[in-house]
Amino acid sequence: MIPQNFEYSSPRSLEAALDQLAGGPDGSADGSTKILAGGMSLIPLMKLRLAAPERLVDLRRVPGLNYIREESGVLHIGAMTTHYEVESSALVRAKCPLLAEAAANIGDVQVRNVGTIGGSVAHADPAADYPASLLALEASVTLVSKAGERTMSVEDFLVDTMTTALEPGEIVREVTVPLEKSGAGTAYAKMVQPASGFAIVGVAARIGEGFARIGVTGLASKAYRARNVEALLEGGADAATAAAVIAEGVDANSDLHASADYRRHVATVYAARAIRQAISRKY
Amino acid sequence: MSTTISVTEKLVGKSVRRREDPRLITGTATYVDDLKLPGMHHACILRSPHAAAKIRSIDISAAQSHPGVVAVFTGPDVAGVGPVPCGASLPGLRVPHHAILATGRVYYVGHAVAVVVATDRYVAADALDLIEVDYEPTAAVADPEKALEPGAPAVHPEWPDNVSFTYHQEGGEPEKAFAEAEVVVKQRITSQRLVPMPMETRGCVAEYHAAEKSLTLWSSTQIPHLLRTLVGQMLGLIENRVRVITPEVGGGFGCKLNVYAEEALTSFVAMKIGKPVKWIESRRENFLCTIHGRGHVDYYEIAAKRDGTVLGLRLKLIQDLGAYQQLLTPAIPTLSVLMMPGLYKFRNISADIVGVFTNCVPTDAYRGAGRPEATHGVERMMDLLAVELKMDPAEIRLKNFIGNDEFPYATATGLSYDSGDYAAPLKKALDLVNYRELREDQRKAREQGRLMGIGISTYGELCAFGPSPATPAGGWESATVKIDPSGKVTVLTGASPHGQGEETTFAQIAADELGVPIDDVIVLHGDTAIVQYGIGTFGSRGTAVGGAALYFALKDLRAKIKKFGEMMLESDDVTFSGGVCTCNKTGNTVSLAQIAGMSYRAMRLPVNEEPGMQATRFWEPPNFAFPFGAHIAVTEIDRETGHVAVSRYVAVDDCGNIINPLLVAGQVHGGVAQGLGQSLWEQAVYDDTGQLITGELMDYAVPKATMMPWIETAHTTTPSPVNPLGVKGVGEAGTIGCSPAVVNSVVDALSPPGVRHIDMPMTPEKVWKVLEGARA
Repeated sequence: MIPQNFEYSSPRSLEAALDQLAGGPDGSADGSTKILAGGMSLIPLMKLRLAAPERLVDLRRVPGLNYIREESGVLHIGAMTTHYEVESSALVRAKCPLLAEAAANIGDVQVRNVGTIGGSVAHADPAADYPASLLALEASVTLVSKAGERTMSVEDFLVDTMTTALEPGEIVREVTVPLEKSGAGTAYAKMVQPASGFAIVGVAARIGEGFARIGVTGLASKAYRARNVEALLEGGADAATAAAVIAEGVDANSDLHASADYRRHVATVYAARAIRQAISRKY
Repeated sequence: MSTTISVTEKLVGKSVRRREDPRLITGTATYVDDLKLPGMHHACILRSPHAAAKIRSIDISAAQSHPGVVAVFTGPDVAGVGPVPCGASLPGLRVPHHAILATGRVYYVGHAVAVVVATDRYVAADALDLIEVDYEPTAAVADPEKALEPGAPAVHPEWPDNVSFTYHQEGGEPEKAFAEAEVVVKQRITSQRLVPMPMETRGCVAEYHAAEKSLTLWSSTQIPHLLRTLVGQMLGLIENRVRVITPEVGGGFGCKLNVYAEEALTSFVAMKIGKPVKWIESRRENFLCTIHGRGHVDYYEIAAKRDGTVLGLRLKLIQDLGAYQQLLTPAIPTLSVLMMPGLYKFRNISADIVGVFTNCVPTDAYRGAGRPEATHGVERMMDLLAVELKMDPAEIRLKNFIGNDEFPYATATGLSYDSGDYAAPLKKALDLVNYRELREDQRKAREQGRLMGIGISTYGELCAFGPSPATPAGGWESATVKIDPSGKVTVLTGASPHGQGEETTFAQIAADELGVPIDDVIVLHGDTAIVQYGIGTFGSRGTAVGGAALYFALKDLRAKIKKFGEMMLESDDVTFSGGVCTCNKTGNTVSLAQIAGMSYRAMRLPVNEEPGMQATRFWEPPNFAFPFGAHIAVTEIDRETGHVAVSRYVAVDDCGNIINPLLVAGQVHGGVAQGLGQSLWEQAVYDDTGQLITGELMDYAVPKATMMPWIETAHTTTPSPVNPLGVKGVGEAGTIGCSPAVVNSVVDALSPPGVRHIDMPMTPEKVWKVLEGARA
């Protein structure tokens, strides 16, 4: 890998990381510093010199960012928790199997061993696996800066292609997921882009008594909740009928691997599959 | 003298584990990029972002003054270096002058424009960004059929029709065959451009010793000796002062069967600055600048009788050459024509090739090199004919195979097939899949609305390149065997294995012939200062030609050993076996070490024998060898998405005698993986402006382990009479047999709605659209 020149630091505390992130000439973050949180997307971009940050602040040695725990009915996952750790966590598998299923679908073993949940949501790739499930789970992200912390829903956090609500100087600290009280069933169905391992289309479904939550990735410029599908399901429609509207009004992505029309079509197929499987998993 | 007789178990035919692997799997092998020489500098190459453009000017001043940069060179600086060679010749072939750096014009994205040399690779890469090139983009053409249209942009302005060559070959009476045919089936069949994708990209290190006027070039190549000859010519160096070393080579698949601009450029730069220079190709450069494979548009016509007897085959072959002729570029489609009859009794053949320039990186040899395209064509046409005649695809093949009593068989394309039992692997494959039951399963699946397909492919392969008159650089191979005074054995092979495992198989052969333990044998290759001249490893020739040369060198040594044994045992009734010479009258023995020691000490010598224990043979094969086989793929199509799942894959190959079944299975697995890659996933796609849009592993889908089906392998064994080992070659078989089996299977699955053909790669969207079209 021959990237452009950059400075690298590996702070040992969150405070130091925030200081370094806000290390511009006037003490404020200026966008020339990037957080390294696994690097499974950033490093390939730097390799091609499509990204050329002046400074990288690596969070791997910052303590207190790698954990999975349950507190008062909420699952807390530290930003530096790897996909493999989520995929293999007994707690996640038992209490939030959709997230484990999504994590297991990411890239390949090597990527899952290094990539992190905080890095994935902050990068906001429109074809990433996590966002569909996080949307269906109504998850939130907690952001931290020198000014303090704030929490917002993942839905509000994801603004557009590779664009989030992160302000300069902010770091994703954790992802939180409210755990089910009822017996909702969940499933993630994904058509894999064979080269990259990203989703051509991925649909996460979470269906309980009287409610349905559907997250979609790969189809549009950002992952989103398909509220039209949710409403049909909540109104008693069957899986196929509800899934059929998933791409309505969506400006679908188009590339070598799937044209916009084909993506719309397979979105309906995968939505129906996710919905059927989620229903079969209700308990 | 010892009286014990050591009996060594025969190793040929056994699954001896690869002796190469310990260094590879422990990470201690040395690849080009592992080399660190004192004072070594680093080169990076600026490449054209345009598929076609005039170069108005290049400003290198900022790069030159960048700290750490030692030199920057552009086209005019290297004008004295000879062009990148094309080794193939055809009547009327237009070969553009292929300078090692673009001068005045660029012809494809990735065309080398300038080279920066610096103390550090990072500095060199940074300095590339400081070079300002003023380009005047011109119209480009990337599609070979569009390039043939009147008014298409001219890749090389001096040849506005974009035609590099046309080539016609005919055998029998094709006009008559088609006139008299009861049925004629036509189909356009493409074989898309592919990126060979070795795990290790290209790279080289050059060191020039000015006082001796000698150059040492380490390069990741399949052909060290040919590279030495040709790069020496390009640079005006004296051949015996050029040494080429191939350290570990991480795969080639044909793309390193070449001489590239960078090998001469790195050498030139090292000579200019008086320091060793390393250039390592990035993966991005590998996509853009290393040769691609395939790139065919084929128009086929098959003529037959209504009973399924084939009469003739016609082909119009449009070969996408890219912008230049690399070492063998124009020869590759001629191999397709030679192999177009496959295993069948086509007595009447007509083929026309048009070699077309495009604004793309050149095409050249990639695993199979012309034969996968040919096999894909004839095997698709046999299936189309079977559909037309409502015949079973197995039956139509069995009906038309060349008979066992017809060998050597003279084909309508001028080849002489060496030996074969073409029905045997097909029958074995049909048995392995329980063909009748499988068709019954398919019938039931169709009743359930499932799309299940059974695809059969047979293949014949033109291997063991080859007789010298048919091979541009000579088709022989060399071997030296040296036995040290201690009795240990060193094999030097002119073939240059790079993953095939000849360090193991050649040691098996030597151990058997000399009756020594395999650990007493080492196999050296890939250093022109150590190994006698050789040709290299490609075209499934390593064992079939290089192994045969080894066999004859061992035979010479066995005779010499026996003479020493007779002298030392004072008997003319001596047998050399199991590593010892035994007097058949007394039972007395002398060991190989005793004999070798005697040969060097030379106190006494047998009559007419020289001291020492070494033999070298250059072996010229009298013919190619022709492996064959049958592959069957069972597929199931997801009706809703078009996704193809390969549920069963059976490969029955006949590669003649097998030296090492483990390595043969590995070759078949790897070949099938690349065949599946072409069938389902891989495609080098240039857009209309000549930009390579699958120029990253994020977009170019090479098969991963998790995408592979279980591959069931089996064999029939028909020894080749061409070489003393009876081997035929297996390096390319898997790739050649695979793609038609998979495509035939998918078309079979889609046949109820009326689909009759689909081109590769069979991506879900393409299959879904074909299915939608058939439903409509």
